[in-house]
Amino acid sequence: MDSKPIIEIDHVSFSYEGLHALEDVSFTVHERDFISIVGPNAGGKTTLMKLILGLLKPSRGTVRVFGQPPAKTRSRIGYMPQHASLDPFFPVSVLDVVLMGRLGNGHKLGLFRRNDREAAMEALREVEMYPFRQRSFSTLSGGQRQRVLIARALTSRPELLLLDEPTSNIDIAVETELYELLKRLNERITILLVTHDLGFVSKYVKSVACVNRKVVVHPTSEISGEMIYEMYGSQVHMIRHDHMAGGTTACV
Amino acid sequence: MSEFLQDFSTQPFIQYALLTGVMASIACGIIGSYVVTRRITSIAGGIAHTVLAGLGAARYFQVVFGYQWFHPLYGAVAAALIAALVIGLVSLRAKEREDTVIGAVWAVGMAIGILFIFKTPGYNEDLMSYLFGNILMVSMDDIWLIAGLDVIIVALGLAFYNQFLAVCFDEEFAELRGVNVEFFYLLLLCLTALTVVLLVSVVGIVMVIALLTLPAAVAGQFAKRLWQMMVLSIFLTVCFTTAGIAISYGPDLPSGATTIVLAGAVYLVVLLAARIMAALRASRR
Repeated sequence: MDSKPIIEIDHVSFSYEGLHALEDVSFTVHERDFISIVGPNAGGKTTLMKLILGLLKPSRGTVRVFGQPPAKTRSRIGYMPQHASLDPFFPVSVLDVVLMGRLGNGHKLGLFRRNDREAAMEALREVEMYPFRQRSFSTLSGGQRQRVLIARALTSRPELLLLDEPTSNIDIAVETELYELLKRLNERITILLVTHDLGFVSKYVKSVACVNRKVVVHPTSEISGEMIYEMYGSQVHMIRHDHMAGGTTACV
Repeated sequence: MSEFLQDFSTQPFIQYALLTGVMASIACGIIGSYVVTRRITSIAGGIAHTVLAGLGAARYFQVVFGYQWFHPLYGAVAAALIAALVIGLVSLRAKEREDTVIGAVWAVGMAIGILFIFKTPGYNEDLMSYLFGNILMVSMDDIWLIAGLDVIIVALGLAFYNQFLAVCFDEEFAELRGVNVEFFYLLLLCLTALTVVLLVSVVGIVMVIALLTLPAAVAGQFAKRLWQMMVLSIFLTVCFTTAGIAISYGPDLPSGATTIVLAGAVYLVVLLAARIMAALRASRR
């Protein structure tokens, strides 16, 4: 079970304009882990993601992904941003969006090749969005868009998948389907996701990384009410209904 | 209108004007679609106004130093490219407020142009015509230059279609896929600069932004994919420029302004129609 390390974060600090976003953070993610990153807003969740992607450089410490500096291993990482950051009126089809995931694979000039299209179709089938491939991205529902963005991340056949708030603005039924999909993908891909809803996600993930300037990683079974209180402080009220589900598999 | 049709077959300047309109429309439809989806209309406006600095400087060097080869359009190309790179690099690197930089480049470019024109001996009324455009004054020399620019813009704009699409839609993701986002952003600004120079001959500096964005905005109401938006906006731009010349010819109206009013009217009608359709659909539910 103790498999090779995928992400190694060693004594990392990061500050933005004098504010400490992360302080002396160390943890390791192993192959086929399924980790949810939780914590209050502005607690450093997105910063942590961007450090792993190499979009930000740590002020101190080192980040290694697949044993290398993160900017060098991006081709092995699939990334899904928050869909709220995209222009909802952009004239683009589902297939166009998914094909963007093929850009790093030697594509230089002109049209996409047949193997690019095949990889995109395969990813669309995997997330069950193949019948929608000709549809306009702007006409899809929130949950469908999330699936398309996951397909886009999958087209480069990544070994590590990073998802930023994959379940924001979608309803519970759709959320369940999405987590089932991720659970299936986790059989072959290591997954890290940022989320707000601690309770629901803990049925699916193997461990939880609590980020609030510091990072503490717990196996899902250890999550308790006190721990949540420690992380969120006064915000605990907001998530009180969640901590019932956290740590126990009895709640459905 | 009948006057226009009569003169069309006998007057080469009308044929040059129509040819210029069609060539400029192709570049305009492609680059305009990128400009609208990437939301860099105000940058295009800033670049357009600095073109006057290039036109004025080129004319000054022609008259004062006798550099006959220095066609005003060369000056325009140089000024537009410099403005594109300055705005692009400052917004990428310096973390300055982008709109302040655009405003500064916009006005300073015009001021430099006015100074050069003021200090150039002789009668320079034709340079002022670049402000509002005069497509009927396009000469055979201009046509070759315009055709050359057109080929460059269209070739680059289409060759990197996938990269530009990714950069316009989701810059961060494109960067993670190994696309050199800064390079393609700057290339897009440079292609916008060259397109602006083409359009200056058609509608003039002051109205360039309208022709760059209105057809693309109308096309955006119907297109499901970016290339469809480009095709439709090329078609619309050809219609607007041709109709602009045809309608303005008889009553001797300024053709640039006629073209823009026409484009603006179509944009307004399409927006209103889209609103009404949406309201009807909502009420039926």
